[in-house]
Amino acid sequence: MMIDPIAVFVLLLGAATPILFAALGELVVERAGVLNLGVEGMMIGGALAGFAAAHATGSPALGFVAAAFAGVALSMIFAFLSLYLLSNQVATGLALTLFGLGLTAMFGKPYEGVKAPAMMAGPLGLNLMIWLGLAMVPVVWWALTRTRPGLILRAVGENHDAAHALGYPVRRVRLGAIAFGGAMAGMGGAYISIATVLQWTEGMTAGAGWIALAIVVFAQWNPWGVLAGAWLFGGVTVLQLRLQAAGVAVPVQLLSMAPYLATILVLVLISARQKFGRSAGGAAPGSLGRPFHALR
Amino acid sequence: MFRLEPRASAPLLWQVATPVLAVIATMIAGGILFAALGFDPVAAIRTIFWDPLFGPAASYSRPQLLVKAGPLILIACGLALGFRAGIWNIGAEGQYIIGAICGAAVALAAYPADAFWIFPAMILAGALGGWAWGMIPAVLRNWFGASEILVSLMLVYVAQKIAAWMAFGPMKNPEGFNFPGSRNLQQYEPASNPELIAGTGLHWGVIVAGIALLVTWFVMSRHVLGFHIRTAGAAPRAARFAGVRPERLVALCLGVSGALAGLAGLFEVAGPAGQITESFGSGYGFTAIIVAFLGRLHPLGILLAGLLMALTYIGGELAQLMLQLPAATVQVFQGMLLFFLLGFDVLTRYRIRRRHA
Repeated sequence: MMIDPIAVFVLLLGAATPILFAALGELVVERAGVLNLGVEGMMIGGALAGFAAAHATGSPALGFVAAAFAGVALSMIFAFLSLYLLSNQVATGLALTLFGLGLTAMFGKPYEGVKAPAMMAGPLGLNLMIWLGLAMVPVVWWALTRTRPGLILRAVGENHDAAHALGYPVRRVRLGAIAFGGAMAGMGGAYISIATVLQWTEGMTAGAGWIALAIVVFAQWNPWGVLAGAWLFGGVTVLQLRLQAAGVAVPVQLLSMAPYLATILVLVLISARQKFGRSAGGAAPGSLGRPFHALR
Repeated sequence: MFRLEPRASAPLLWQVATPVLAVIATMIAGGILFAALGFDPVAAIRTIFWDPLFGPAASYSRPQLLVKAGPLILIACGLALGFRAGIWNIGAEGQYIIGAICGAAVALAAYPADAFWIFPAMILAGALGGWAWGMIPAVLRNWFGASEILVSLMLVYVAQKIAAWMAFGPMKNPEGFNFPGSRNLQQYEPASNPELIAGTGLHWGVIVAGIALLVTWFVMSRHVLGFHIRTAGAAPRAARFAGVRPERLVALCLGVSGALAGLAGLFEVAGPAGQITESFGSGYGFTAIIVAFLGRLHPLGILLAGLLMALTYIGGELAQLMLQLPAATVQVFQGMLLFFLLGFDVLTRYRIRRRHA
């Protein structure tokens, strides 16, 4: 069997895009000190809203806009509960995932068996969303490390009490970060329904949101690392599909475990490096997952 | 405007009242949702929450209450231990599936033998399978510091793929006309988990769930282990000074909750489900998370929450049949319930004061 490396790389870019979007969004959320485990729920919400809008208007671009809004809407439930009612972030994120999966299963029925409109093509035979995803990596990196708002966001994430004492609006910064994460997750989910699978099926994100969460850890909260992680994941997915197509003597069900097993492996390797490694860098943001309650 | 003032301790009144408030709020929000979808909200709520117990066909649906509540309670008991200690096993669904596969493997290997030991051996295999699947995230966390949340969740997808593989490959019924799925254990008497008293829905899994509730209550409130778990969750540093070893707690909580989820899967595959199929995992492992929270991680609460969640399952099916409500209604309800619970919980932990200018 001949595998054309360029063709494989193009497929890899496509497979990596949903994860890249979702993980970049979650990276910003986590750098602001919030752990939103609802990525899967926001992705599936975006997948359905995007597909429905693209189908209704015939325009995939409008589909992605709708998906971003759906992701933001879902993320705001999480933001209200975790920021203003100080709920446990792990439990609230989990609730968002369960709710998103249920809600889309409920409203998605009429879209089953409907075909998506054609994606908008871009340069080099890659669609525009792939390019947008790639462009977001340096943009997020630049915004986080080279701009004042980025500095404030990181300060809020590292030590929210200190940031509060300096007069930064901790909750508003986090609200913005969560909304950004929601928009990115929504668009990532819509990429799966509009550009990859080309139709809507219940629960179609199949753990992509959780893989995105793992990739943020793998990336050690660095946007370039997210790109590497998303490509690694895309590579494993494409390889697995290629092996299936080539008719390797391994059951399909076992081959399709590969992305999940690879995610666990990568998570273990990076955690081990953090635990036993010499470098102190790449640690999680200091206030990650802790609710912020200003007494004054 | 208002401000929140932390309470020194959570008053019992609010601890009991918030789940009740959450259920009422969910019913109201659900009614609004049904009205928006063009259904009669009162009829829909009555069909889901009242008719399964007291409606015209209640004699058929009432036994289902124990059938559905059994696995939920069994899994939630184990999860509650970990959640109390701040150890997040959210992969109970995977442990449930693996437990069922291991238990079914014993039965299928013994087929068509007729011996008394088959069912006990299946129970053991189911518990061990779930335990082993739960120990994977425990070991990876203890040795490498990998997040048990993400690892246990990833293993759910792996377990689902294994179930699909089993149904299409090694466990496929040789007399099943090439349809995927294992032999039906309900038709293999030494391995079946039958209804013990006709018309009640009571099976061995429900009995074990009852025992698990009692043991959980004893451990959490009367045993030093429960003290360690509660301390580790409330104040990890203080717990270490008290002699708690976090690694052992991680292994214990994930192992026990895995074993209980595995048992739930075993009793399901030998009883109500009957066989391993591609879609064997039916979401009990995730719903049990809601049961644990709604029950406030307390055995009595888990019992009530498990029965309520079971009711929504049965009522949801009934509403699908009678009113053509979408099948996913139950999932939406469960998600909303958890949201409302987490939201109202602010009343338990904080006092709301008017802000003075």
